[in-house]
Amino acid sequence: MAEAHPVGFQWVMEAKKRGAKVFHVDPRFTRTSALADTYLPIRAGTDIALLGGVVRYILDNELDFREYVLAYTNAATIVSEQFADTEDLDGLFSGYNPETGSYDQTSWQYEGHGNHTRARGTGKERETAAGLEHESHGAPVAAETHRDETLRHPRCVYQILKRHFARYTPEMVERVCGIPQEKFLELARAWTENSGRERTGVLVYSVGWTQHSVGVQYIRTGAIIQTLLGNIGRPGGGILALRGHASIQGSTDIPTLFNLLPGYLPMPHHAEHPTFARWVDSIRHPGQKGFWGNSRAFAVSLLKAYWGDAATPENDFCYGYLPRMTGDHGTYQQVLNMIDGHVKGYFLLGQNPAVGSAHGKAQRLGMANLDWLVVRDLFMIESATFWKNSPEIATGEIVPEECRTEVFFLPAASHVEKEGTFTQTQRLLQWREKALDPPGDCRSELWFFYHLGRVLREKLAASTKPRDRALLDLAWDYPTHGEYAEPSAEAVLKEINGYEVATGRPLGGFAEAKDDGSTAIGCWIYSGVYADGVNQAARRKPGHEQSWVAPEWGWAWPANRRTLYNRASADPQGRPWSERKKYVWWDAEKGEWTGYDVPDFEKTKPPTFRPADDASGPEALAGDDPFVMQGDGKAWLYAPRGVLDGPLPTHYEPAESPMRNPMYGQQANPTRKVYDHPVNRMNPSPPEEHSDVFPYVFTVSRLTEHHTAGGMSRTVRPLAELQPEMFVEVSPELAAQVGLAHLGWAHLVSGRAVIEARVLVTDRLTPLRVDGRVIHQLWLPYHFGTEGLVTGDSANDLFGITLDPNVLIQESKVGTCDVRPGRRPTGPALLDLVAEYQRRAGMTADRRVPIVTTDAAGGDAAGNTDERSAEAARDGGGDA
Amino acid sequence: MFRLGLRTFIEGWPVYRQLTGTDPLGRGAAAQSARSAGLTARTETADSMARSVCPYCAVGCGQRVFVSDGQVTQIEGDPDSPISRGRLCPKGSASKSLVTSPLRQTKVRYRRPYSTEWEDLELDVALDMIADRVLAARDETWEDVDDAGRPLNRTLGISSLGGATLDNEENYLIKKLFTAMGALQIENQARI
Repeated sequence: MAEAHPVGFQWVMEAKKRGAKVFHVDPRFTRTSALADTYLPIRAGTDIALLGGVVRYILDNELDFREYVLAYTNAATIVSEQFADTEDLDGLFSGYNPETGSYDQTSWQYEGHGNHTRARGTGKERETAAGLEHESHGAPVAAETHRDETLRHPRCVYQILKRHFARYTPEMVERVCGIPQEKFLELARAWTENSGRERTGVLVYSVGWTQHSVGVQYIRTGAIIQTLLGNIGRPGGGILALRGHASIQGSTDIPTLFNLLPGYLPMPHHAEHPTFARWVDSIRHPGQKGFWGNSRAFAVSLLKAYWGDAATPENDFCYGYLPRMTGDHGTYQQVLNMIDGHVKGYFLLGQNPAVGSAHGKAQRLGMANLDWLVVRDLFMIESATFWKNSPEIATGEIVPEECRTEVFFLPAASHVEKEGTFTQTQRLLQWREKALDPPGDCRSELWFFYHLGRVLREKLAASTKPRDRALLDLAWDYPTHGEYAEPSAEAVLKEINGYEVATGRPLGGFAEAKDDGSTAIGCWIYSGVYADGVNQAARRKPGHEQSWVAPEWGWAWPANRRTLYNRASADPQGRPWSERKKYVWWDAEKGEWTGYDVPDFEKTKPPTFRPADDASGPEALAGDDPFVMQGDGKAWLYAPRGVLDGPLPTHYEPAESPMRNPMYGQQANPTRKVYDHPVNRMNPSPPEEHSDVFPYVFTVSRLTEHHTAGGMSRTVRPLAELQPEMFVEVSPELAAQVGLAHLGWAHLVSGRAVIEARVLVTDRLTPLRVDGRVIHQLWLPYHFGTEGLVTGDSANDLFGITLDPNVLIQESKVGTCDVRPGRRPTGPALLDLVAEYQRRAGMTADRRVPIVTTDAAGGDAAGNTDERSAEAARDGGGDA
Repeated sequence: MFRLGLRTFIEGWPVYRQLTGTDPLGRGAAAQSARSAGLTARTETADSMARSVCPYCAVGCGQRVFVSDGQVTQIEGDPDSPISRGRLCPKGSASKSLVTSPLRQTKVRYRRPYSTEWEDLELDVALDMIADRVLAARDETWEDVDDAGRPLNRTLGISSLGGATLDNEENYLIKKLFTAMGALQIENQARI
């Protein structure tokens, strides 16, 4: 955090000054470690084992915040007797289908729910990254649950949790993570001692947790701890994702993602959502408890914002115009499709996948096999010049005179040359004023897409083809201004906020959304950002002139709420848990919720409120159900559905690991998304043979002085001067073992690539004693490429493509490699070296990576995954 | 005259100012030289100041962008921001160098198929050519229905990958336009 989010880290230092204890867990000692009270080096890819150890410590010592856990979580809920745990099945849960590599979640349901839920597999959810829809709400479950408030029932969530994590002992943590037991216990003690009625603890993570083949479950484990300790919805608590790009939160809220529409509405699936009614019901789940019950109004209002007057109740508001998913259309599938010649044209908008995405070579080979490519950026980046300046030019894999891709480079406007909002890491929208016009041909994306749409519509004006109706009927009449005819960002923001169709009056919030077509809302969760016709995101009341919550600086979604689920900061009766941790509470005299923040609860619903038996939607939430977007109003320690790789987190080894999983026969995530493609050969891991060909673990992260793929930092003189060269950090022990000299050269080899780097021998990295052996880890920055003021080989070239099943994020924080002294070979000799390693490691073209590595649960023996054909994966297996 | 001159001389002595003034540690006003007293910050003389947000990570630090004679002359932290309290990290502090970098591209560049060099192209011509290519790719790869006759309304012949430094308003138009043209394969750094 001190390295990559230094200004945010000032608040950690403030907390430390007030007595907070700071722990830092990282494979590498960083500036954050230097300022923490305790630093724990960890083997990359083992955080679930560490966090699972904390869960066990809490449960074994009964250190959970029992009142909070009983009232606000599903700890007491009883689970179906058909459920079988990883304890019973050697690392698999019940319902695993080895043919599709996915789970049927029926047996995971709460008791009594199994018959209400259609039995189904989850292959389709994986292909469409359906887990992302849950960024704003939980998966649907029926509201009525069987509970045992004594927590003694053997199938209540609390007891299941206890059994599931029983083997995550301090000894096991040490054996898996390489963290000494006393260090682990220091962390577990501090965490539990600083949580409860009087105190709260906070968990901060970044892509070191998410970029894994089991990344979502890392966060789940953190959520389980924070929920058990009563640290959710309370001041000083929570799980904070430190996101790495100015508006990456905004890019999921108003997604440019294949599987989502604005506000986490799903993009329709051809088989699941053939009609408007089916699509809407799949979102709102009729009879469902919680706020998601209003989603028909959000869906209709989005279609009204898209297609305006053309969207009517008679034509289902133009639902038929939406394109349909049939499977995985994610960025990595796209790149493999490019290599295979299925994609004609590609837009890159301020993004540099040649350096920033996993498996750089696959990215560049894909770009070299297009009809056309449009790159919009501030600088000439590697993804614009792959056809004349890339590693594949040197090896002869790309020959300019033979590369057909037509490339348009369009210069972009910078952040000071346009106005608009970024959504930062706490869901806060902040409006940027424009300082000056962009130079030359530089334009905003707003300009480019508005005018591209205008030109497309002009060219199609006379078309009678049905396929062109969606473009011609599109509401696309934004006011423009200035010499370049720049569209008004404020007009777009107003559409995002939503307005009453008849009058144009901006809505005050999503509660005003209507499902009859009388409101249009571009992104329902952002509704309120333009309330009263005022740009709320542009508010800049100085921090020192308002409360510490600073509600009048910018605008946070939803409803300008700064802490989500803050009803949980009060006890079931609505009183603050303690004076010290007071935040939102029930004012009985006024009959309303009040506090420092906007209450995340219906304002006048008293704590004593109990819903009618037949209530649904928000009316079905009781006055002490703080988790208002969950189907049962409770925080989920156990997820009966919605998390595709299991209702509970389980330690799996990374897809590439030098170690056999010490905890289960199942080696790696059995539901991870794999791509069997000739370009994507994965290094072998146990129990496969030859993992010793790639004996070292490597991980990558950011330098303070550089930004992601370097397009905004290797091009900037002061930053380039501060960090001028690609390097690799190795421990003195590894340097001695391999013969690496400080400031000399080394090259790293994976089954995909060879890269070189200058050597930094440093005790910032330490060999870890793990499961009776020593594991050496290497660290690299991933910012370098062939363009800019300072250049170097790209660390991401080393990675293959394996994805998390829930959201299709790639595993790019851990892989295996070999390291050798000296510079890498050049030209064809480089390809020969990779081929030699592939041969030694048995990475032949027809090899299939074994997915199931235990014979428990009737799963196939290791290696037998022939049924996992590309066709099966594309169709979502046999789930339809 | 002489007395006044002596007094000015003594008061010009930093140690005197340090002992008698408001700066006992001698790190501020007491140590100011005549030259620095005569200097004016370019932020004070700027033609305009825009309130902005740092474009690097997602902490969202406030920035003040100063412009003189049509050029960005300074970008510094906004002390009003309750998030950043005026601070910027090395990257945020280099934002002026980012937006004024001589490496910034300001002209459209075009590479023909099989060419070894860039060429120039007018912006409006480029926009028109791109529109033609979008329509052609869409026509060649359009899918009306699946094998069972269910609607698809899409093209898988067009891909897009956006960075996460795009504004919400920009992402909104990108998604809206691509969706209306049936382009499904729209992705973002947010996946990555």
